[in-house]
Amino acid sequence: MIFFDRVTKIYPDRSLALDQVSFSVEKGEFLSVVGHSGAGKTTLLKMILVEETPTSGSVFLNSTDLSAMGRQHLHRLRRKIGSVFQDYRLLPNKTVFENIAFTMEAAGRSDEEIASDVPHVLELVGLADKIWNFPNQLSGGEKQRVAIARAIVNQPDILIADEPTGNLDPINTFEVVQIFKKINDLGTTVILTTHNKNVVESIGRRVLTLEGGRLVRDDNHGRYVL
Amino acid sequence: MLTNARRIVRSGFINFWRSGIVSLSSVVVLVTTLFVIGGLYLGQAFLNDSIQAIKDKVDISVSFQPYAVESEVLAYQKQLELQPTVAKVTYRSREDELADFKERNKGNALILQSLEEVGNPLGARLNIQATDPSHYESIAKYLNQDNALTTDGRDLIYTVNYKKDNIDRLNALIAAARRVGSAVVIVFIIISVLTVFSTVSLAIHVSREEIAVMRLVGADNRYIRGPFIVEGMVTGIFASLLAMLILYPAVIWASQAASAFPESLDLVGYYLNNFATLFFLILGSGLILSAVASYLAVRKYLKV
Repeated sequence: MIFFDRVTKIYPDRSLALDQVSFSVEKGEFLSVVGHSGAGKTTLLKMILVEETPTSGSVFLNSTDLSAMGRQHLHRLRRKIGSVFQDYRLLPNKTVFENIAFTMEAAGRSDEEIASDVPHVLELVGLADKIWNFPNQLSGGEKQRVAIARAIVNQPDILIADEPTGNLDPINTFEVVQIFKKINDLGTTVILTTHNKNVVESIGRRVLTLEGGRLVRDDNHGRYVL
Repeated sequence: MLTNARRIVRSGFINFWRSGIVSLSSVVVLVTTLFVIGGLYLGQAFLNDSIQAIKDKVDISVSFQPYAVESEVLAYQKQLELQPTVAKVTYRSREDELADFKERNKGNALILQSLEEVGNPLGARLNIQATDPSHYESIAKYLNQDNALTTDGRDLIYTVNYKKDNIDRLNALIAAARRVGSAVVIVFIIISVLTVFSTVSLAIHVSREEIAVMRLVGADNRYIRGPFIVEGMVTGIFASLLAMLILYPAVIWASQAASAFPESLDLVGYYLNNFATLFFLILGSGLILSAVASYLAVRKYLKV
């Protein structure tokens, strides 16, 4: 489904973020990417969203070379990928309902679908009672759950999450991981980056380990080893 | 398509309302700009009217021989009125001229007594106004070369009174006033437009993270840009209404200040008579300025 073919990324300041990284991800997999800060985890996810393009090598999604994709077509690709960020990145002037509805509107979904799906997905992440709140009226854990709801509402093929538990306490971390597992059980491919050992071990699935931009381990039932 | 348009418009209005202080500051800056544009429009009208009033005071006068009869002078007036460079010709009879002369010299008993003795020595007069002050020279030349005669073959014209220096000075003054006026308009409009553009850019800069998120969740550029443009247009509408409102007391004040100049333009009357034109000028400027500024400002952040 996703294939990284000898991907190298060097930023304009000459820092090496990824060095000859190759791996593939199959449909329905749950992949954790671990590594220290600066190991290249976020860059790797940015390549899938085409926020960054490789300096050399290629990233393929279902045989489409993402780096060859025109900017004007990116929105179609991104509608197939749900994304969750460490800093939530909710739209501050929109309510919880509007934040999630925006993603559906952008995908051209009807008003009726929006009215029925948004409360449903909020129920799934346990936030049905916060539907009319603004982001600044929510706790960190709640914000992250809204971000997850936004990421999955269009039933994407892939869900990518960049340090989704980085700002959360252990209880919220546990809840968020359970939501990701549930989403993966429903057939969505999940790729998440983290440096939280407990998260990786509670998931118990495939783990990629990055060090200084190089892929140093790829374990199918991996543990957090650094 | 229609659903998208409805969502974009609704979003634009909601964003304007929720942006609170940012929207308010954009409105305030745009009001200032539109006030300047309205002021310049009225200022130009005032300048043009003042120039016209000065032009109207300038003329060439042709004094006729005392023996020229009224029908000959009136025929000459008609001939002059046919000239394309002549705007208006006013006839003053011998009697009018005498009355004026007596009025000017009413303290001088000797002159008045002499007049009693010799009768009316003055001829009739034609005051000629040109369509443009630059035409006075050619009109004066024509009058001096045209050896108009009475029916019995004598000279009809006594003298042509043309103050070349004054008219040349006036022409230079009018040209300078127009140049300065145009320069002031251009400079103020450039400053105003730049101010609006930087304010809108700043307001949208605040939303750059949001724009990036919108791109990452799959919104296309049109859907992201639309609400910002609508928000800009809402700002433009509010700012136009406020600018028109503020302009009215300003016009009353300016009108009172200008009343010191005799025959100056009635600015309040001009404002009321041209209300629709001024309103559409200000509204159009407000809408175009803020929409274009929003479009350009958002474009910068759509590269994610």
